[in-house]
Amino acid sequence: MVDQTHTSAIEPSGPKPKKTFSRANIFLYGTLIMVSVYYLLPLYVMIVTSLKGMPEIRMGNVFGPPMEITVQPWVRAWSEACTGINCDGLSRGFANSVQILIPSVLLSILIASVNGYALSNWKFKGSEIFFTILIIGAFIPYQTMLYPIVIILREIGLMGSIGGLVLVHTVFGMPILTLLFRNYFASIPEELFKAARVDGAGFWQIYFQIMLPMALPIFVVAIILQVTGIWNDFLFGVIYTKPATYPMTVQLNNIVNSVQGVKEYNVNMAATLITGLVPLVIYFASGKLFVRGIAAGAVKG
Amino acid sequence: MTTASDSSSSMTKRPNRLFKNWMAKLASVPMILTALVVFVGGTAWTIVYSFTGSRMLPKTKWVGFDQYERLWDTDRWIISIKNLAIYGSCSMILTLFLGFCLAACLDRKIRYESAFRTIFLYPFALSFVVTGLVWQWILNPDFGLQNVVRSWGWESFTFNPLNDPNTVIYGILIAGLWQGTGLIMCIMLAGLRGIDEDIWKAAKVDGIGTVKTYVMVIIPMMRPVFVTALVLIASGIIKLYDLVVAQTGGGPGLASEVPAKYVIEYMFRAQNLGQGFAASTMMLCSVVIILIPWAYLEFGGKKRG
Repeated sequence: MVDQTHTSAIEPSGPKPKKTFSRANIFLYGTLIMVSVYYLLPLYVMIVTSLKGMPEIRMGNVFGPPMEITVQPWVRAWSEACTGINCDGLSRGFANSVQILIPSVLLSILIASVNGYALSNWKFKGSEIFFTILIIGAFIPYQTMLYPIVIILREIGLMGSIGGLVLVHTVFGMPILTLLFRNYFASIPEELFKAARVDGAGFWQIYFQIMLPMALPIFVVAIILQVTGIWNDFLFGVIYTKPATYPMTVQLNNIVNSVQGVKEYNVNMAATLITGLVPLVIYFASGKLFVRGIAAGAVKG
Repeated sequence: MTTASDSSSSMTKRPNRLFKNWMAKLASVPMILTALVVFVGGTAWTIVYSFTGSRMLPKTKWVGFDQYERLWDTDRWIISIKNLAIYGSCSMILTLFLGFCLAACLDRKIRYESAFRTIFLYPFALSFVVTGLVWQWILNPDFGLQNVVRSWGWESFTFNPLNDPNTVIYGILIAGLWQGTGLIMCIMLAGLRGIDEDIWKAAKVDGIGTVKTYVMVIIPMMRPVFVTALVLIASGIIKLYDLVVAQTGGGPGLASEVPAKYVIEYMFRAQNLGQGFAASTMMLCSVVIILIPWAYLEFGGKKRG
């Protein structure tokens, strides 16, 4: 560090206290605070705009705090905002998103954890090949697989329904989740598994009684990863559902970018904020686990 | 590792190999179906049908490379490719640079580190739709940033990237960087934490400055982290779709079109499946071109070490 040039006559015992405001440190904190402002600005603008009335917005100053706080935009965004002829607000999209989210998260994690368990403890001929294909598949642009999935969903009668979208999320969540669970189960000592085998435990018994309880932290990571991922999805929602079953993100986009009527910027920002609220709450509540989730997502391959 | 044969197969004298370990195989059926039917089958199907003249419905009327010729003759596709090239190269360089700088700042043993990290990472939790809509509002010329600066007295201030065909892609880039830099910062920070303290001590003893140590010693040591970050950024760039739809809808005119949007428009709006298939096959090709050198570096390197 640069801040140790000053020496005084009487040396205190113990390590030198670090000077907090050396020139390098001021530069460092200055940079970090400026960048933080850039990062926080959109969230701040969203909040203040959603609390202003339209006359105040027309006066200008997008950064100014609201002079008169009103929750009317939030109410309108939730229950009255229009998409095309439907004017029941975001609440419908929210309900759809919840109905999509819960089964998708459960199904994808259940399947992926069993996959990961089979891949690390019950290897069979070809299991590694399928896993490699799965991981490579995570890099294929979704656009290449969009239409074949439309055909598959049409054949099994799930096109346009929430069930179909759940299936799609399960399929596309599988590579990363399987990798996550496989690596975790591979780190559990093999002796544990062997001992259970000697005692005569079978595939499911070992999974439910030994592996599942040990893997709880990784389940939390997987849940965080999937909840934010599925809630934020737009592409699959817009393609595999119909207007009645649109998830929240698609409905939000339709509300804000609709060309009819007068633009109500405060309602738009309230709607945007409501949609972003679920992942934001998860992010701020989960803290380190979220970072662990994305770090796990980062070490693909 | 080898697993003992299952109890059910040990009852017969010569256990059938197919039934050995059968429960694990049964449990892996969803994975096998996904890998073979959706990933391999779906991709192959799209590639094959990109050589047909399918319009509203897929049909096997072979037209050779006609769809590709038409694709590269379409202005909209050329614009899309150019936009993706600009967005991709800028976003790759800036995300890596900013991500590393922020991580290096946070790694200087500062106070409130976790608060800063939380701030830099939160946009990553938000969807591209939300990101696009917020920045559309901030960059709104009548009420947003431009208007505020003008009201401060700088009357001629112009910052209206979203309504100018020449700069619209940079407007999207601002939003994209805001959303994605935090992730790369996190990965870089993890990489920096993995570096031995002794390196810093040695550099200090040798009298090498902080910046120089980063450039000459730390960055070369973090090569694998940079490669991971690059692959992550690249696979995110090719998917660029929601952000454009939400922020500009591809406008003004066609100025901010991107390949992913082209594919979806042709497949699901313009009823021209063949074009969509050809365009998505081109996207796949670009991914393969990026992925092969990376796989070579990653897995070729492991064998040597």
